Amino acid sequence: MEYFFTEKQQIIRDLTRRIAEEKIAPVVKEFDETGAFPWEIVRTLAKSDLFRVFIPEDYDGLGGGVMEMAIVTEELSRICGGIALGYAATGLGSMPILLFGNEAQKKEYMTRVANGTVAAFALTEASAGSDASNMTTTATRDGDYYILNGVKQWITNGGEADIYTVIAMTDKKKGSRGATAFIVEKGTPGFTFGKKEDKMGIRASTTRELIFDNCRVHKDQILARPGMGYIVALRTLDRTRPGVGAQAVGIAQGALDACLKYTKEREQFGQPIANFQVIQHMLADMATQIEAARALVYATARMIDSGAEDISKESAMCKYFAGDVCMKVTTDAVQIFGGYGYMKEYPVEKMMRDAKITQIYEGTNQIQRNVVAQNLWKKNK
Amino acid sequence: MKIVVCIKQVPDTTDVKINKETNTLIREGVKSIINPYDVYAIEEGLALKEIYGGSVTVISMGPPQVCEALKEAVSLGVDNVILISDRAFAGADSLATSYTLAKTIEKIGEVDLIITGKQAIDGDTAQVGPGIAEWLHIPHSTYIKAVEEITGEHIRVQRMIEGGYERIELDMPALITVVKEINEPRFPSIRGILRSREIEVPIWTANDLDVDETRIGLKGSPTQVVTIATPELGSKGEIFRGKAEEQVQKLFAALRERQIV
Amino acid sequence: MSIRVTDACIGCGICLQQCPFGAIELKENMAVISDSCTLCGSCESVCPVQAIQIEREKQAAVNLRDYQDVWVFGEQRNGEINSVVYELIGEGRKLADKLGEQLCVALIGSQLSAAADDLLQYGVNKVYLVDEHELSVYNDESYTSVMVDLINSYQPSIILLGATTIGRSLGPRVAARIKTGLTADCTGLDIDQETQNLLQTRPAFGGNIMATIVCKNNRPQMATVRPRVMNAASPINGFQGKVQQHDFDTSELTMKTRVLEVIEEMTELIKIEEADIIVSGGRGVGTPGNFKLIADLAQALGGAVGASRAAVDNGWIPYAHQVGQTGKTVGPKIYIACGISGAVQHLVGMKSSDVIIAINKDPEAPIFNHATFGLVGDLNQIIPEMIKKIKQGRIKEAAATSE
Repeated sequence: MEYFFTEKQQIIRDLTRRIAEEKIAPVVKEFDETGAFPWEIVRTLAKSDLFRVFIPEDYDGLGGGVMEMAIVTEELSRICGGIALGYAATGLGSMPILLFGNEAQKKEYMTRVANGTVAAFALTEASAGSDASNMTTTATRDGDYYILNGVKQWITNGGEADIYTVIAMTDKKKGSRGATAFIVEKGTPGFTFGKKEDKMGIRASTTRELIFDNCRVHKDQILARPGMGYIVALRTLDRTRPGVGAQAVGIAQGALDACLKYTKEREQFGQPIANFQVIQHMLADMATQIEAARALVYATARMIDSGAEDISKESAMCKYFAGDVCMKVTTDAVQIFGGYGYMKEYPVEKMMRDAKITQIYEGTNQIQRNVVAQNLWKKNK
Repeated sequence: MKIVVCIKQVPDTTDVKINKETNTLIREGVKSIINPYDVYAIEEGLALKEIYGGSVTVISMGPPQVCEALKEAVSLGVDNVILISDRAFAGADSLATSYTLAKTIEKIGEVDLIITGKQAIDGDTAQVGPGIAEWLHIPHSTYIKAVEEITGEHIRVQRMIEGGYERIELDMPALITVVKEINEPRFPSIRGILRSREIEVPIWTANDLDVDETRIGLKGSPTQVVTIATPELGSKGEIFRGKAEEQVQKLFAALRERQIV
Repeated sequence: MSIRVTDACIGCGICLQQCPFGAIELKENMAVISDSCTLCGSCESVCPVQAIQIEREKQAAVNLRDYQDVWVFGEQRNGEINSVVYELIGEGRKLADKLGEQLCVALIGSQLSAAADDLLQYGVNKVYLVDEHELSVYNDESYTSVMVDLINSYQPSIILLGATTIGRSLGPRVAARIKTGLTADCTGLDIDQETQNLLQTRPAFGGNIMATIVCKNNRPQMATVRPRVMNAASPINGFQGKVQQHDFDTSELTMKTRVLEVIEEMTELIKIEEADIIVSGGRGVGTPGNFKLIADLAQALGGAVGASRAAVDNGWIPYAHQVGQTGKTVGPKIYIACGISGAVQHLVGMKSSDVIIAINKDPEAPIFNHATFGLVGDLNQIIPEMIKKIKQGRIKEAAATSE
C-alpha cells in the first residue's frame, strides 16, 4: 500500500521501525513480565529525535503533528503496544500545552518534551470514567495559588512523567464549565502517587493514581482560562484518539506479521498451514481490516494537521474502528496459532491482551459510537 | 578534544553466499555496510565528545560509493567526514592503507585521539590501526573494552587479553582499536539523517595529501594476492555410521579436509 | 590505472566470476575493468590467456639474499610460553627445512633462560633471548623496539607470530616500522619452490574465499597464524640448538605506554548469538547429568552451549540458551546438534549455520536432512570420544605427522 508519506515521514517511519525491531523486540517479553517502565528505550527514542516529531520547530521540535505522532506510535506498537504507550501518552500529556499553552508555557514545557521529558494527562477518576463531569478533584483559589485536592485514577505514565496536565474543578456549581486545566510538575509538595496497577495488557506502561493533598499550584500553571478545563480535555482527546487508533493498527499489524511467519513454518497434514485456504482467508481478512483502519487513522490525522476544527466525529471513528479491528485481528491470530497461540511463549497472546485496552481507554468504543452518532444528526451529514 | 575515527565500508559478509555451480561469490543483493566494529569506534568517539567536548571527524579510504558509509556516520551525529579516494590508492594492502590514513590525519592536524574498530570483517587483518600509529609515531593499544578517563596528557583504557584485561595508560595523542564490549552504538537521529541527505562529502585525493608515491596503492604494498580460491564445499548431508570412535575419526578428517578446523 | 586488459582477451568471462568486487564487465567481448577494482589480482591469476596485466614494482626493496632463517615470535606471559608458539615451531620447522635455513625463536621478556632452554628441545636451532627486567610485561612500544632491533641485527627471511591479542598488535607495528608485508591470520603456509617466497593462505570475506598472499620484494616476510590451526611440535631427543643472548639497552626506550595493571578475569560464558561454535542439546540428551557432556564439548571447542526447547522446558539449562522460534536465532560457523530431532521450530533458529553436525540415535531424525555431517549413534559414546580426540588430538597428531 502506498501511504503518500513525505520524505521526512518516511525517515521517521523507517527509523522507528529499526529501533523497534532492533532495540525493543528483544526485551518485549521481559517488560511484559516485569511491568517495569522502559526508561532506556525512552532515552533511545529521545536521542533519535522521535519526541521532536510532533512539536513545532520553535520549541526544539521537527515541526510535525498528529500524523507524525501516529506513525511513531504505530511502528512502536507493531513490536510492543505497551512500550509504545509511554511514548503516546507523552503526546497526550503535552497536547493540552501545545493547544492551549501560552508562549512561556510552550517554551518551557514543549522544549522539555522535545528533548525526551515524559508527560501525562490526568482526567479520569474512580467515579468519573465515561462520565467525566462527575469529577471530585478540586482546585481552590488561594491568592496567586490554587490548592488541589483529590485523586486521579489509572493515569498512564503516572509517577514516571515529570509533567502532568491535570483537570480539576475550580467551581463545582458551574458543572462542566467549572473545570480548569493545570500543568503540575512532579515533585510539587502535596503531589504524590498511589500504587502501580497490575494490568492485563500493555504491561510495559505504568498506570498509577495521582494523589493531591493540599498541593499548591501557581496560577501561571493554568492552561487557557479557569473554567476551560473540559474544553481543554475534549479538544486534546479529539487530537490524540488517532494515536490510540495508530496503536491499535500497530498491534494488529504485529499480529498479522507473526501469523505470516508462523503459517509458513507450522506444518500439519504434511504441509505448511499457509497452504490451507481457511488460513489464507483469515489472513486476507486481517490484512484488509488493518489497511482499512490504517487508512481511516491516517486520513483523520492528516485532516487534523491540515487545521480542520470539526474533527470529533472522525477522531472517534478512527479510534473505535481501529480498536475493534485490533481486537478481532489479535483474537484471530491466537486462533491461527492454535494451542501455541494460547501460550506465553508465543507472541500473539500478549498482543491479544494488549489489544483490549484500545477498545476501552481515551473513551470507550461505545462512547465513541455515541459521539459519531450525535454528530451524524447534528451535522446532518 | 579532536577525535578522528577511521572506518571502512565492507560487504556484509553474512550475506555473502557461494554459487555452488561456478564456485564464486554471489554479489547480487550483498549490502555494503560500515564495518561493524567501526560502528563501535564511531559511538566511542561520540560518547567521549559528549563527556570531554571537542569534535569527531570520520575518515574512510575507498571508491566514491564509500560516501554512503560516511553519510551514515553523519546520521549518527559526527561533526565532519572526509573521503580519501583516488585511483592511485587502489590495491593498497594494510601497510599502504595505514600510511595513507596517517597522512590524512597529519593533514587534519592536531588530532588528540584516533579510534578504529578492532578489525574489518572483510579482511580481518586488524593491522591498519597499529600501522597508522606507527606511521604517526604515537602510541597505540588494541582490543580496548573501556576508556576509563582522559586527561589532557593521557588516556587510560582497558585492553582485553586472553583470560582477563590490562589497564593501560597512553600518552596523548594516541590510537585505540575497540571491541564491541566497549559500548552500545546509538541509532541515527532524525536530524542526523536529514543532515546526511544534504551534506556534500569532501573528497581528498593523492594530490591533496603530502604523500610519497612509492608508499601508496599497489606500489606501496609489500603483500600481493596471488590466488583466490573458494573453499570446496561438499554436498550436504554426509552421514557417518559405525562405532563411535570411527565416526568421530571420519568427522574430524572431513572437517580438516574442508579447512573448517 | 595500473591494471589493463590486452588484446589477447577472448571474452571468456572467467574473470567476471572470479572478481570479488564485481569490478569487471564484458563489453564487445572484452573484459572492461571499472573503478571498483581494488587491484587484488584475482582476475590476473585466472585469466587463461594472460590478457589481464597489473603493473607492479619489479624491484626488490631490499637485497633478499641478505635475509635468512625462519623465526617464531616466542609469545609468553609471566614466563609461560603460549601454546601457539609450539604450533608455529612445528610449522616453522617444515618451512625452514624446505628453505634449508635455520629455525629460530625470538624470546623477549624477563627471567626466561629456563624457558629458552626448554624451547630448544622442540627442534629449534637458535633462541634469540632478550632478557631484561623492564620487559617483564608485554608492552607494544618496548616489544616493537626490541623486535625491530633483533630483525635489523640478524635479518630473518620469515617471521611467524601467533594471531593472538599480542601477536596481532605487535605484528603490524613491527611491520610498519620495518616497512615490510604482514599477512594476518594465516591458516596455511608453504614455500614456493621456484621463488622461495612464503605462500601465505588465509580466509577472507568471512571465510567465503581463501586468498594466497606473497611478499615478493620485502623482507622479512611476516605472518600471524591462527592458534589451533597448525600441529604443535613435539620434543626431539638429542636435538642440538643454542640460546643466543642479545643485549638491548632498555634505557633508550621512551615509553609513551604504561601497563598499570593486569587483571585476571573469568571470562563469562560466551553468548550464543556471538559464538562461532555452538553445541546444542535436546530431548535426546536424556538427563540433566548428561547435559554436562554438552557443556564439556562446548568448552573443549571454545564454543557456547545451546539447547532446544525440550531441554529448556525440562529445566536442564536456562532459557537464555534456547535456540529456535521462541528462543534465539544463531548463525555460527559450526552448530553441533546433539539429541535434537530437528523440529521446524528449532531449525528456523539455526539453519543459517555454516556447518551443521547432527548427532542422533534415530537415523530417520529430520535433523539429518539439514546436517552437513551426521553421526548416527549414542551421544553418550560419541561426545566423550569427540572430547578425547580434541584434547589429545593436537599432541598425538603432531607426533604422528612429524614422523
